[in-house]
Amino acid sequence: MRKAVNRMMTAVFSLAGWTAIIFIFLIFLFTFKETAGVLNAHTLRAFFLVDPPVWQPTSDVPKLSLLPIILGTLKATVVSLLFACPIGVSAALFSSEFAPPRLREVIKPLIELLAGIPSVVMGFFALMVLATWLQDAFGFTYRLNAVNAGVALGFALVPIVYTISEDGLAAVPRAHREASYALGATKFQTAWKVVLPAAAPAVFASFVLAFGRAIGETMILLMAGGNAAITSLSLLDPLRTLSATIAAEMGEVVVGSEHYAALFFMGTLLFVITFISNSGGQWVIKRMQRRLQGTAR
Amino acid sequence: MKLARIVCTLVVSLALAACGGGERQQTSTAASSSRSNKPLTIKGSDTMVILGQRLAEEYMKTHQGEVVQVNGGGSGTGIAALLNRTADLAQSSRPMKDDEKTKAKSQYGADVVEHPVALDALAVFVHSANPVQSLTIAQVKDIFQGKVTNWTQVGGPNAPIILYGRESSSGTYDYFREHVLSKEDFAPRVQTLQGTAAVINAVGSDRNGIGYGGIAYAKDVRPVAIAVEGAQPVAPSEAAVADGSYPLSRKLFFYFPANAPQRVTKFAQWAVTPEAQALVTKVGYFPLATR
Repeated sequence: MRKAVNRMMTAVFSLAGWTAIIFIFLIFLFTFKETAGVLNAHTLRAFFLVDPPVWQPTSDVPKLSLLPIILGTLKATVVSLLFACPIGVSAALFSSEFAPPRLREVIKPLIELLAGIPSVVMGFFALMVLATWLQDAFGFTYRLNAVNAGVALGFALVPIVYTISEDGLAAVPRAHREASYALGATKFQTAWKVVLPAAAPAVFASFVLAFGRAIGETMILLMAGGNAAITSLSLLDPLRTLSATIAAEMGEVVVGSEHYAALFFMGTLLFVITFISNSGGQWVIKRMQRRLQGTAR
Repeated sequence: MKLARIVCTLVVSLALAACGGGERQQTSTAASSSRSNKPLTIKGSDTMVILGQRLAEEYMKTHQGEVVQVNGGGSGTGIAALLNRTADLAQSSRPMKDDEKTKAKSQYGADVVEHPVALDALAVFVHSANPVQSLTIAQVKDIFQGKVTNWTQVGGPNAPIILYGRESSSGTYDYFREHVLSKEDFAPRVQTLQGTAAVINAVGSDRNGIGYGGIAYAKDVRPVAIAVEGAQPVAPSEAAVADGSYPLSRKLFFYFPANAPQRVTKFAQWAVTPEAQALVTKVGYFPLATR
């Protein structure tokens, strides 16, 4: 009897596990298939080599350059990481190394609560409030720009960076700290020069996860980025990202058109970028861990 | 985990593609009505969402047991939904294109009915502190094509012009491109926002902003008077729209197949009664009867 139940439950769980994998695989397959069907030298040229590089898919002469949109995605991602990584890691260092235990128990759930804010709410906040603050403070020409979008996105990334870094810092053995104190190091020296380097793989992992989230995030950027596909390196110009373009335009695109192809190509591009960043990240983390363990011995 | 996020994004966008709409669920659903009628599903123009909702509310109040659901998403989205049968009626701020009519005919086996329900003035908005009172169509065109980039060039203060517009699935976008830009392209610098309300809001909080949209949404922004070449500028008012002197006025349509069920035709017919047209005025559009 127990054996039968055991076997049944194992079957149910593995079925559930496989369903998730199969779903991901099918979506993968679908996206790649839709993209492969339309991808050829002609469309690739239209996506990357069109001059001037503009995105005007519904014009009488459609112009489908992805360059301004890829640039926009990178700008938003870079700004958001520049904002979120230092804040997230500092907060993690503070709560794991400096904060009294009672305070720590308040900070941690509070910051993690930030992760629970729906991105549409964050986007709305950025659109209505943050954009005005930033414009009043810095006199930006454009209310909605890369800085505004990046900072709003950064808010969504802080909890990711914080949580994973904090877990990593907390997992550093007490012996490291005590050895450092025994050598006369201050609390700050210990945190900065001993604990943080020892937790480097976790901190790095948090950056990689944050990057993946930033690249794929849609709603915040759709609302706070201004959605103008401009080829410009300036962080003070509005931007349009890959994910926001898919969300805004997939609704009305003519199936099978070049515009449709471009949107699917964008989806595939997002897939590939996250795939590379994740596997690259994994590789670096493994190397770091090995090196750290090597020096510890 | 991160993969799952990307997957989610894609799933959502694919799902949207599948159901033919980047629709924002702005529904006015009746509380479970006494009779369980099949709801009448309306989808389309973001410009007409408010109008559709008010009409639906009033209709459900006066017609016991009828359920009407109204969604936005853009005129193109609504027409696409009508074509793949996910909506019973499409609201559109632009006339249906010929190929769309052909598709509808082959989908439903009947012609599609073009049913005007209101008149709308497409207004060009500026911040209320902006001294510019009127613009010619040519000036508006140059502004939105990025040929005029500073307010001094059109009689305003020395400040850059910040452009706000709509995304390409919008009927308002189509109308503006056709009637103001003579089908040419917008400047890439136009920030495309989701819905006229968002455009109004953006212009309202941007001293140097300019945007366009249905007059009904005008709140805390100022519509400028528009002049055709060589004529006096005309502000968007009911009288100017009614006598056709305001250059950017348009009809707002309901579209449904001629063989649509009675609950569809009944609602459409009710929408042009004096009772419903009074609501049209209340929402900020102009009633049909005046033209």
